Amino acid sequence: MKAMLESIARDAKAALELANTKQELENIRVKYLGKKGEVTAVLKQMGKLSPEERPVMGQLANEVRASIEALIEATDEKIKKEELIKKLKEEKIDVTMPGKKSALGHKHPLNIVLDEVKDIFLGMGFDIATGPEVEWDYYNFEALNIPKDHPARDTQDTFYITENMLLRTQTSPVQIRVMEKQAPPIRVISPGRVFRSDAVDATHSPLFHQIEGLVVDKGITMGDLKGTLEAFAKRLYGEDTKIRLRPHHFPFTEPSCEIDVTCFKCGGKGCPMCKGEGFIEILGAGMVHPKVLKACGVDPEVYSGYAFGVGLERLVMFRFDIDDMRLLYENDMRFLGQF
Amino acid sequence: MNLSKKWLNDYVELDVSDKQFADDMTISGSKVEGFETEGEELKNIIVGRVESLERHPDSDHLWICQINVGKEENIQIVTGAQNLTAGDIVPVAMDNSVVFGGHKIKKGKLRGVESNGMLCSLGELGLTIHDFPYAVEDGIFVLGDDCDKTLGMDIHYAIGLNDVITEFEITSNRSDCLSIIGLAREAAATFDKELKVNEPVVKGSGGDVNELLSVEIEEAEKCYRYCGAVVKNVRIKPSPRWIRERLRACGVRPINNIVDITNFVMLEYGQPMHAFDLRYLDGGKVIVRNAREGEKITTLDDVERNLTTEMLVIADENKPVAVAGVMGGEYSGIMDDTTTIVFESACFNGVSVRRTSKALGLRTEACTRYEKELNPASCETCLKRALELVELLDAGDVVDGIVDCFPTPKEVVKLPFEPEWVNNFIGIDVSADEQKKMLEKIGFTVEDGMIYAPYFRNDIEHKADISEEIARFYGYQAIPNRELSGVANARLTEEQQLERLIRSTCLGCGLTEIETFSFISPKYYDKINLPEDSEYRNSVVITNPLGEDTSVMRTNAIPSMMEVLARNYKNRNEKAYLYEIPVEYTSQGLETLPLEKQKIVIGMYGDCDFFSLKGIVEEILYKTGLSSYDVEAVTEDPTFHPGRTARLTVDGEEFAVFGEIHPAVLENYGIGEKCYVARIDIETIFNKGREPKLYKKLPKFPASTRDLAFVCDRDIPVLTLEKAISSAAGKLLESIELFDVYMGSQIEEGKKSVAYSLKLRAEDRTLTDEEADNVVKKAIKALDKLGISLRS
Repeated sequence: MKAMLESIARDAKAALELANTKQELENIRVKYLGKKGEVTAVLKQMGKLSPEERPVMGQLANEVRASIEALIEATDEKIKKEELIKKLKEEKIDVTMPGKKSALGHKHPLNIVLDEVKDIFLGMGFDIATGPEVEWDYYNFEALNIPKDHPARDTQDTFYITENMLLRTQTSPVQIRVMEKQAPPIRVISPGRVFRSDAVDATHSPLFHQIEGLVVDKGITMGDLKGTLEAFAKRLYGEDTKIRLRPHHFPFTEPSCEIDVTCFKCGGKGCPMCKGEGFIEILGAGMVHPKVLKACGVDPEVYSGYAFGVGLERLVMFRFDIDDMRLLYENDMRFLGQF
Repeated sequence: MNLSKKWLNDYVELDVSDKQFADDMTISGSKVEGFETEGEELKNIIVGRVESLERHPDSDHLWICQINVGKEENIQIVTGAQNLTAGDIVPVAMDNSVVFGGHKIKKGKLRGVESNGMLCSLGELGLTIHDFPYAVEDGIFVLGDDCDKTLGMDIHYAIGLNDVITEFEITSNRSDCLSIIGLAREAAATFDKELKVNEPVVKGSGGDVNELLSVEIEEAEKCYRYCGAVVKNVRIKPSPRWIRERLRACGVRPINNIVDITNFVMLEYGQPMHAFDLRYLDGGKVIVRNAREGEKITTLDDVERNLTTEMLVIADENKPVAVAGVMGGEYSGIMDDTTTIVFESACFNGVSVRRTSKALGLRTEACTRYEKELNPASCETCLKRALELVELLDAGDVVDGIVDCFPTPKEVVKLPFEPEWVNNFIGIDVSADEQKKMLEKIGFTVEDGMIYAPYFRNDIEHKADISEEIARFYGYQAIPNRELSGVANARLTEEQQLERLIRSTCLGCGLTEIETFSFISPKYYDKINLPEDSEYRNSVVITNPLGEDTSVMRTNAIPSMMEVLARNYKNRNEKAYLYEIPVEYTSQGLETLPLEKQKIVIGMYGDCDFFSLKGIVEEILYKTGLSSYDVEAVTEDPTFHPGRTARLTVDGEEFAVFGEIHPAVLENYGIGEKCYVARIDIETIFNKGREPKLYKKLPKFPASTRDLAFVCDRDIPVLTLEKAISSAAGKLLESIELFDVYMGSQIEEGKKSVAYSLKLRAEDRTLTDEEADNVVKKAIKALDKLGISLRS
């Protein structure tokens, strides 16, 4: 009997090694361990043994059963693994085929950059103020130290509604509106649409966007203006960015300057984008003219401030290498879909 | 303003490269746009002498010339010019040279005869007869005695075509820099050099100017000063080369000595000058007065102009002879037979000149300068400079004396000298002494704690202006940067937060952002079939638009969206799902600024329908927390399809319209696809929406689902059924979902089958079948009351 059991164990092991499918495995299980299986058949003959032999054989039979069960389980694992491998192989796809387009819309490039600028200034503690686009001549010009007949009006060809009502040519009137409403300390930016009577071409548009900035507090100096705007330039274009100030003239700031940043394409070495200059002009700025502060009821002997203005279209066109401003307002999906 | 380097060198000696000059001038406040060397493209053109000429054997017009270019052997050049004789000194473009226009010259053969270059005309050097009046226009330029005739010399040096021209952008506050001396002063200060300007000296040739000329100023407010002088026996001829080339470099065409002198002094000092022919000055009298009603003048450009009584004119006893500060009259000009002239050096009110110039639509160099307010102090000096030049050029005999009518002198601007204030304002530390030095080198006087501005600086009125002078010579770059300090508690306002939320929701719904112009054509209202009497036609109108297309401020942004949809359709884009947050402008009359309100405008075409659009509108309202609105069909809006349009109201007020665009409107835009457009008011969302979002507990007990189909008249909106079911079902009804609407053969004509899936749930227990069935029974009963029956 012992020999039989050992033979069964050997046969079962050999059979299991050959088993490749779940079905074969099940057949083996039935053949050896089933109710009519070979191990069961041997156990049924236990009665014929002597009382001394029974426990020994019983233990041996159980051991054989257990070993076959363990082998079946192990083989089952093995088969499952192989089947999975086979399945995964069959499921292989060509990953170079195109992806399915997501349904998200595309942000307009103007707003991509504007949001970035807003977030930079929010992070530096600037609130965002707004003002009307159809404005009084007073706010757009006079309060900004540009009286009627001032030659500076020539550089800003203005759309008029009436003699005193116009489409704002700059976001600077918001400076006045903010100062009229709020006592210092003031720290705001004001992005928005501005209008000038320029015919449409690759670099001109009768409507474009500016971002105005205004800081008024005690002890504000031109050093503050430089520090803040350099920080802004670094956040927008990277830590290596430097700014360069050139004296300029705006009627509502004194001293005034234009600010260039190192070209973000060539890093200042000179390239076609910066026309070999190494710098790109992005800002106009200056210390708020004491006359302007006074007109807004802010005492220029106590407070001082600086203001700046950025042309958004310029930033956007440089950022995305857009060579024609008209694309921004034509809103062709083939253009907008790229962003 | 173009600056001639030669001219600049008359006043200040600089030893810097042209690039350095440009860079440093920009940094000290005079912005350089660029610089170029005259005749830069001319290469390998030298001075030669025609030693002999002989006819070309095979041509009746070509000449074979032997040219001496200062080398041992003469070179042979064939020319077609007919103005040469032996001994002429001419520009010779050698083999491998470049003439004006970039044309390369190489040796070759002309009808079989070797030619080793080309003899040049003025045109081939990029010059005109104005630059060398003695030359012939259609022949070789034969160098005159005003040129260096050294054989073999580079042509640039020989004829003085070697100036460096620097172009400056002069800002409107610095009219003093619209002059050579002004820029020389800035250059001297920038490079720490001495500025040398001589006071002009006039010898005079006897007589008394007062016997020939008198001046009367009627409008002292508009004419601060008028200086006049008389030159007799005028000898009109070309100016010498040094005057001609300085004018040319500054972009002014040389004419004749007298005209050139007026232009020369204007460029040199920034003071416009004028010369009249005394013959046409009736009574020898200059009267500076307002034009009389109905008066006319034909200006030098041969245009008759109507004058108005606000315009200042220079008149004689009978008629205006010039528009003051703008342009002279036709008879006042200098002619070939002019013998006696009056020079005018005057100072007019800037605003007056500017208004007149604008009203006449006439811009001249003179008014560009006057309108920026000149100072009368320099009138006399400039007049004397002109007279000095007359004597220097032997252009006439200067009558002794000048007539000076000076009713309105300008006060010298003085400001307290506060170096500490300047340091604090700019953020620097510059001693009082150094500040004083900086100011003095640009003409300021600092004495006894006061600063006196030089007369030519009309932009100085405040200590901030002084701080700019200090800052720019200290160097903006050198000012130490200061980091931002203090509290930073900025945040977006609630309106700005809402706008961001709307934008991100629209993007998430697959809409692409557009930006359109705020102004449109009034015809656009017709294109969207707006009724004639619609209040939307009352736009804010631009009085001076670029064109009709951009002439009114939009009261409604749907036309802007339609234009963009049409453009995309025309460009064959398969579909476009777009949105904009435009501002609309509602007129409030001309005494009040218009209302500016933000909207959401959505536009879609291609692979979408009414319900795609409605889904997006609902999503926006859900995200922005506006839930208590009503929907109703719109049948009467001519922009939209009468059967496929809805409006949303809250508290009875409409705040959104959306639907399919009317086919007639689509036709107006040439769009061959159905378009869906929505227009939603943001203010309503801000005021009525933004409901706080509170979390609902996740269910612990299972839901029961019941599907029901009803049959009703086709015209009954499903919303009616839903409302009836919802109110009948009570709070056990968790959700109701429409899953089928059927019209067809299985249903009676004129009816539809509407199928709902009801999800029922209680918070605290599992519903029994009986409870669920009860709810369904109530719903059926409620609909039954409306005459709507369960589909059998």
